This record gives sequence, C-alpha cells and structure tokens, in this order.
Amino acid sequence: MKVGAPKETAPGEARVALTPESAGRLQKLGYECMIESGAGAAASITDAAYEAAGVEVVESAAALWNGADVIVKVREPTEDEIDAAPDGKTLIGFVWPASNEELLEKMKAKNMTVLAMDMVPRISRAQKMDALSSMANIAGYRAVIEAGNNFGRFFMGQMTAAGKVPPAKVLVVGAGVAGLAAIGASVSLGAITLAFDVRPEVAEQIESMGAEFVFLDFDDGDGNQQTDGAETGGYAAPSSPEFREKQLEKFRELAPDVDIVITTALIPNRPAPELWTKDMVEAMKPGSVIVDLAAERGGNCTLTEADEKIVTDNGVTIIGYTDFPSRMATQSSNLYATNIRHMLDDLTPEKDGKPVVDMEDDVIRGALVAHEGEITWPPPQPKVKAIAAAKPKKKEPEETPEEKSAREMAELKKSLNRTGLMLGIGSLLILGLGTVAPPSFMQHFIVFVLAVFVGYHVIWGVAHSLHTPLMAITNAISSIIIVGALLQIVSGSALVTILAAASVLMASVNIFGGFLVTRRMLAMFQRS
Amino acid sequence: MNQGLISEGLIGAAYVVAAVLFILALGGLSNQEKAKRAIWYGIVGMALAVAATIAAASAAAGIGQYILIGLMVVAGGIGGSIVAKRVQMTQMPELVAGFHSLVGLAAVFIGINAHLEMVRALAARSAGTAGELAGFAATIAEKTPIELSILKVELFLGILIGAITFTGSIIAYGKLAGKLSSSALTLPGRHLLNLVALVACFTLGYLYLGGAGLWTMILVAVIAGAIGCHLILAIGGADMPVVVSMLNSYSGWAAAAIGFTLGNDLLIVTGALVGSSGAILSYIMCKGMNRSFISVILGGWGGETTSAAAVDGEMIAADADTVAQAVSDADSVIIVPGYGMAVAQAQGAVSELTKKLRGQGKSVRFAIHPVAGRLPGHMNVLLAEAKVPYDIVLEMEEINEDFPDTDVVIIIGANDIVNPAAQDDPGSPIAGMPVLEVWKARHVFVCKRGQGTGYSGIENPLFFKDNTRMFYGDAKASMDALLKQLD
Repeated sequence: MKVGAPKETAPGEARVALTPESAGRLQKLGYECMIESGAGAAASITDAAYEAAGVEVVESAAALWNGADVIVKVREPTEDEIDAAPDGKTLIGFVWPASNEELLEKMKAKNMTVLAMDMVPRISRAQKMDALSSMANIAGYRAVIEAGNNFGRFFMGQMTAAGKVPPAKVLVVGAGVAGLAAIGASVSLGAITLAFDVRPEVAEQIESMGAEFVFLDFDDGDGNQQTDGAETGGYAAPSSPEFREKQLEKFRELAPDVDIVITTALIPNRPAPELWTKDMVEAMKPGSVIVDLAAERGGNCTLTEADEKIVTDNGVTIIGYTDFPSRMATQSSNLYATNIRHMLDDLTPEKDGKPVVDMEDDVIRGALVAHEGEITWPPPQPKVKAIAAAKPKKKEPEETPEEKSAREMAELKKSLNRTGLMLGIGSLLILGLGTVAPPSFMQHFIVFVLAVFVGYHVIWGVAHSLHTPLMAITNAISSIIIVGALLQIVSGSALVTILAAASVLMASVNIFGGFLVTRRMLAMFQRS
Repeated sequence: MNQGLISEGLIGAAYVVAAVLFILALGGLSNQEKAKRAIWYGIVGMALAVAATIAAASAAAGIGQYILIGLMVVAGGIGGSIVAKRVQMTQMPELVAGFHSLVGLAAVFIGINAHLEMVRALAARSAGTAGELAGFAATIAEKTPIELSILKVELFLGILIGAITFTGSIIAYGKLAGKLSSSALTLPGRHLLNLVALVACFTLGYLYLGGAGLWTMILVAVIAGAIGCHLILAIGGADMPVVVSMLNSYSGWAAAAIGFTLGNDLLIVTGALVGSSGAILSYIMCKGMNRSFISVILGGWGGETTSAAAVDGEMIAADADTVAQAVSDADSVIIVPGYGMAVAQAQGAVSELTKKLRGQGKSVRFAIHPVAGRLPGHMNVLLAEAKVPYDIVLEMEEINEDFPDTDVVIIIGANDIVNPAAQDDPGSPIAGMPVLEVWKARHVFVCKRGQGTGYSGIENPLFFKDNTRMFYGDAKASMDALLKQLD
C-alpha cells in the first residue's frame, strides 16, 4: 500500500508528516511512499531529497489523495480536503475530535479510517508515537528562545568589566512536557527558573531539571495540597475555585519579580485556564516577556492574542504564537514523522505494507476516531492505566498550623508531665534519703548528683569518632580510685597495707596505660 | 585528722582543680584538634590528685610506706606503658575491657580494706586509743552510728559493683581477644539464676548491715563475681560495644561508691563522670542497634531468627578485576568498614586504596555505623591509625542520604549494619535497627570471607540484590589484590 503526505494547507504550517528518513523505514515495513511536490520545502527538505530516498513525488494534492491509501498529515484536514478526497482512505494526523465534530461527521461519511495522533493514550508503550509530547518538547524549547529574542537582557548573571548583570528570573507555569522542556532550556541558559504545577508529584521532576518548585500552601480538606494528576492520565485536571484563588495569589506575589513568564497550562478538552490576569501583567516590570503556549486554546494570560505578539502599555511583551513547533519545522518534522512511522509500525504487525486496525490494541483503539463508517470517538477507557495511580501517600498529611501547635503543645505537656513526674519521684527519694542520712552524707550526695549532671552534658558533646579515646581516657580517669588506696596504705594492719598496695599497683597500670593509649590514638587523627 | 605536709584546705583545693581538669579533659573530646590538648588536662589532674593525697598522708606515713607507694606506682607505670605501647589498634576493645577489670578489682580491695579499717577503728575507739589511729582509720573513728550504717551500704555497693566489673571485664576481654567463644551462652533459667544471685547478695548486704562480719562481704564479692561472669557470657559478640561501655560505666560507679565510703569528693565526682559517660555510650550503642539496654544486658540474640523471611536468589561473586573496573569508572565511592576490617588488619590497605582513588580525583568517603566494630568509635580509631583523614570519615546520619548518588559502595567486613532486612522485614530480629542504606547505590561490593551469616547469625538480603557483588576473601588480601589491579 502507499503512504502519502500532502503539503499542509493550513497557513503558516511548515511541518511535513513524512521525511526521507521516515520514508526509508516505512519502505522496510512494506509501504510505498509518495509526497506532494514542495511539501517539505518549508522544513528545508527538497523534493530531490525525497526522490533520493525512493519517495514518489507527485505534483498535486489531488494526485496524492487519489494515489495514496494512507494519508499522513500534520494538521487536521480542512473540510474542502475531505470533500475532495476519495472514499475509504486511511488518515493519520492531528484531528482534535473534541472540537472538530463536523469534520468527524464528514470523514465518517467518506468511510475513512482516521487515527488521531492527539488521541494516542499516554502509556509507556505508546511514548514513541506520542506526537503531542514531541511537539510540546519543541514548543517548550522554542518558547524560551522566543522569550529571549524579545527580552533585552542576558539570561545568565554575569560580572563584567562593564558592570554586573543580574540573572533573568523565569517562571514556568505548568510542568508538562512543554513546561519541563522550557525549564531545561531556561536553566541551561543560566536563568533563575521557578516552576509551578498543580500536580505536586511533578515537584521532583522540576527540581531534577534544576528549577525551583513554587510550593503552594493549600489544603483542600482531604489532605491534598495540590491536586493529583495521575488519575487523569498524567494531565492536569481543573482546579477547585479555592485552589485557583490561592494559586493566583501566589502568582500575583511573583509577578513584579519575574522577567519572563512561560505559561503552558492546558487541561485536556477544555479552554486553557486563565492564570495570568491583567493585573499581574500590569505588575510586571517593563521589558518583561510573557510567552503563552496555551494561546491556541484561549491562552493562560488574559491579554494573550492568539498568533500575535503584542506589547502592553507598561512595556510587557506578550507572545501568543500558536505555531512554535512549526517555527522549528525541520526538527519538528523529523520528530513528527518518526511518531507517524511508529504508529504505522504498530498498525502493520506483519510488516507487509497492509495496515490492520486492531480494536483490541489500546493504543490503536485510543487513537482511532473513525472507522468503517462509524465514529469511534471517544474511545472506551484503556485497559492499562496511563500511569499507575499514585500509591496512597505514605507521608503524614500536612497538618494545619493549629493542629501543629496543638500537637506540639500536647507533646510539650507530655514531656513536661514526664519530667515533672521524674523530678517528683527523684525529689521524694532524695527527701526520704535526707530524713535518714546524716548531713555529711548529703554533702557528698549533692556533689555526686551534680557530677552526674555535668558528666551527662559533657559526654553528649563528645564527637562520635572519638568514642574509643573517650573510653580509654575515662578508663584512666576512673583509676582515681588510687586515691582511696593511697589513703589506706597508711595502716596499722599488714593485710590492709598489702591490699592497698596491690590496688595502687593496678590503678597505676591503668593510669599510665590509659593515658598513653589515649594519646597514641589521638595523635593518629589527622585532617586531610 | 592529723596534719600532713599540706593543710586539709589545700588538699581540698587540689581536688577541686583535679576535678575541673577531668571535666575539661572529657569536654575537650568534642573535636579532634582540641582532644590532643585535653588529654594533658587529664594527666595533670591525675598527677595533682595523687601528689596531694600522698602529701596529705605524709604525717602518718613512714619512709617504708613511701617506698612501697613508689615501687607500686613505678611498677604499675612500667607495666601500663609497655601494654599501651605494644597494643595493636585492632586490640583496643580487649585492652579497654582488661583495664576495666583492674579498676573493678581495686574497688573490691579498697572496699574490703575499708571494712578492716572500720573494725580496727571501732575497736580502738572502744578501747579509748582512737587518737593513735592514722589515715583512713582515724576518719572512721569519728563517725556516728548512722554514718557507719551508710558507710556499710556504700562499702557493700562498692564491692558488689567492683566485683561484677572485675569478672565481667575479664570475660569481655576473653571474648574480644578470641580466647573465649564469642557466642552467647544461654543456660536454662539464666534470668532466674541472675535474680537469685542478686537477691543473695542483697540478703548478705542486709546481714552485714546488721553486724555480720567480713565473710558476708567476701561472699558478696564471690557471688557478684559469678554474676559478672554469667552476665557477660550470655551476651553475644555483636553486642560487645554495649558491654564494653557498660563495664566502663560500672567502673565509674564503683569508684563513686568507694568515694562515698572514704568520704572523698574527688572520687565521687570522677566516678560519676566516668559512670555517666559509660552510660551514655551504652545508650548510643543500644540506639544504634535499636535494642533496649535491658534486652542487651539480659542476653544474646538467642535463636530468634525463625521468623525472619528466607531470602531467594543467589549471591554473585566478583573478582578483583571486576571491582577495579567498577571503581575506576566511579566518581564517588563510599567505603563501609566493619569488624572484618579490624580482624584482617586491612585498614592500611584500605587507606592506600583511598589515597589512590582520591589521587585520581574521585570522591572517597567512609560511612561509619555507630555499632561498627566491637567498641564505640572503633572504626574511627583504626582508620585514623592508617592515616585516613578524619574529615572524610562520616557518621551514619551524615552520609545515609548520599547513597543514591553514589557509584560504588565497598563494604569491608560488615554485615548487620548494612542489612536491608532491618527496614523491610518486620520479622527480622534486627527489624527497626538503623542501617546504612548501601543498597541504594549503583554498585555494591561486599568484601567478605565466605558465604556465612554475620556475627548475629542473620541472613542478609543485601547479598542477594541485583546490584550487589560478593568479593570473597580475606579483607586484607582482597584490598591488596584490588590495589594491584588499579595500578
């Protein structure tokens, strides 16, 4: 069968769904490839390059639509294209079925088999054909480049002979694929990068990219701080109004501080959430740049105008381009064509050049939006969960300040109670002792108790590594018992004198041995 | 009291200074540099105390007694110095245990002496010749009946603790020096046995208080000695750090009890310092093994391994070449030493390895578990001896978080302190014991003599993990082989 890529008809679209490289791989799968003349020109791929890869170059779109059995595209086809297309073709490309229902009807009427690249489920096996991710990656990178292009300063802080340059401060809102790519690019350019996401589990990813996670102090009552996206296949879900309020408050606080804001917040099948309001834009410094990657879906920034770059009255540039991947057409065509090629790979298990639609396959079923005269969208729930639902959180739910202070109070009370009890018992015991013991004993006893306390505090300060020398020196010091023996050696009784003399001998061994060994050990400790 | 060369006030002053110096000596151990100075405080304090005591006794002492004291001190000094010079750093645990036994025995002797002097003093008092008494006996002669009862209690405690310390330390010495089997002796009804013996001691003490003679105290010394033997015999090798520090503590309490008997504040202060020091060390060791002090004292691990989960899988051996390869490729290496390094005397080779790797710009650090070895801080001393700089030798808490970022971990003769079962297997006898999380590193090499279990007899699942390779052989021979490969 023949796989063909027509020239994209959408204005400004520079990508192409087939490259010479992907064509080579498709041929190995048993397909023949064709391309409309000039389709790759905007992505710097000449017809000659295609021909060299064995791709048949046809002159017109009509010829291609007629000649190819499988049409691969980037953008969704226009209604005219569908009207002109012959019946029963297979189409692979972005379709956006949720917002293109009329188009879907038309394709159904034409008995087309349509695989939407934007509907590929997010499971590990399907990552190689996840065109949304590969395009988002490019968009994220490009967003930083566009921001830099419109930003009048360095990203990296520098100390130069001509003065000190502070580093730029970049805030990335939404740490999906695009957000993470933006973080990576921004960090590697040397900017101080902050990142926010409603899914707390991405904090780790953000930090691993070298950015700082903007933490939101929020509790929805269930112990969740920021909402959990794992349930929704790794995408963000709409936030509660309270959460949103908290989030906006945080952004308002950050706005005067940041130089570049890159917003990438999208919720599947919904308009983009409005996160960067007018007053935040007004609070920003002149010369600041906002890149709104959600412009196509209404924009995260209130002032964003899709496909436009505007400059506000206070000198903030807002970039609302929707064609970031297309602006890097060579790169994105390469990645997209590879995604398409992987999709065809899965469609052609026999490698015989014949696509087979396997309705049992989660990936194919997920992407399939129209087949055999039926609209097969939305697909049933995939059998495999996109991401294993987050394990029940092991860590204790964050406690509110009140709970914390209450708990600390309780702990303090408990420890006070215990200390009180111990002190009480101790005092009673000592009082009891005092009633029977003579004053001379109590004097010694005071000394003893104080010495125990001094010992307690002194010993806790001893370094762990010096515990062996500590034992050796306490060993030597405990031979202070020699004093007792010395006092007794003066005695009228020979037995006492002998025993005392033996004690002096033993204690002396200990004193000399203990101190010498301690010295030997301590002398060995050296710094590098 | 008779006047000596110096007044009582001066002696008191000397004792205060000595006590302060001892506190400074212990306090100075808070860091390695200060410690070298601190030891002099201890030496000066001791010299001061001994000199003052001798001067105080001078009034009553004849030339013969001076000669006797001099002879004993010199002989003891020579003996102690020889031992201190000769001892290998790996033998520190048994040396410390041996020294403790001396303090214990001295305490017993002094206690018995105190009794003899008391009898003599009382006889003299009733005969009206108290004025002729000298030294300690003269002090006793002035005591009231209540003070005498208290004196007897103190004397009893001094002998009891001293005797336990004496025999306990000898057994500990024997076990640490390998002269006795290090496994725990578990007699049937051993707790009851200890209890009965202890009750017997206290009964004898009560009799003594009621006026019974010296025989009660000698019997106490004998029974307490038996308790000491049995108590330490019942403790397994892995618990030895606790035992040694516990005996250290006892020797202090014995000194303090004797101090009470003699009415000597310096002895009380010093005894209390040493006693609390040993007690804290024991506590730290127990925490390091997540065991309660009582359970350590009451005996070994005693065949509780039944509930521990069996480990599937096999241990994969590696040769020096493989280890050398992994180490050469690594940027960060952590070495975890254990008792096996001490036994094989491998610290020199380990130090050389460290020097070589550091010379190649790799980060090499040591992770020391609180109970590694047989003595608190044992590994630190051995590594210091081998000239490993102390600032790359880190405590468990300091380094445990760094294992996931570490390329290679080399475990030398350690077992239980790196056993993941302590965290994963609630049925394990060491469950809950803090361990070094070595298995989180990329590669783990375990240098070990054979496939057997460690001192505690517990299977170690670490050895069966995918990223673990066993590097069999004597630690020193293995390190030497590794060094050769790295050249």
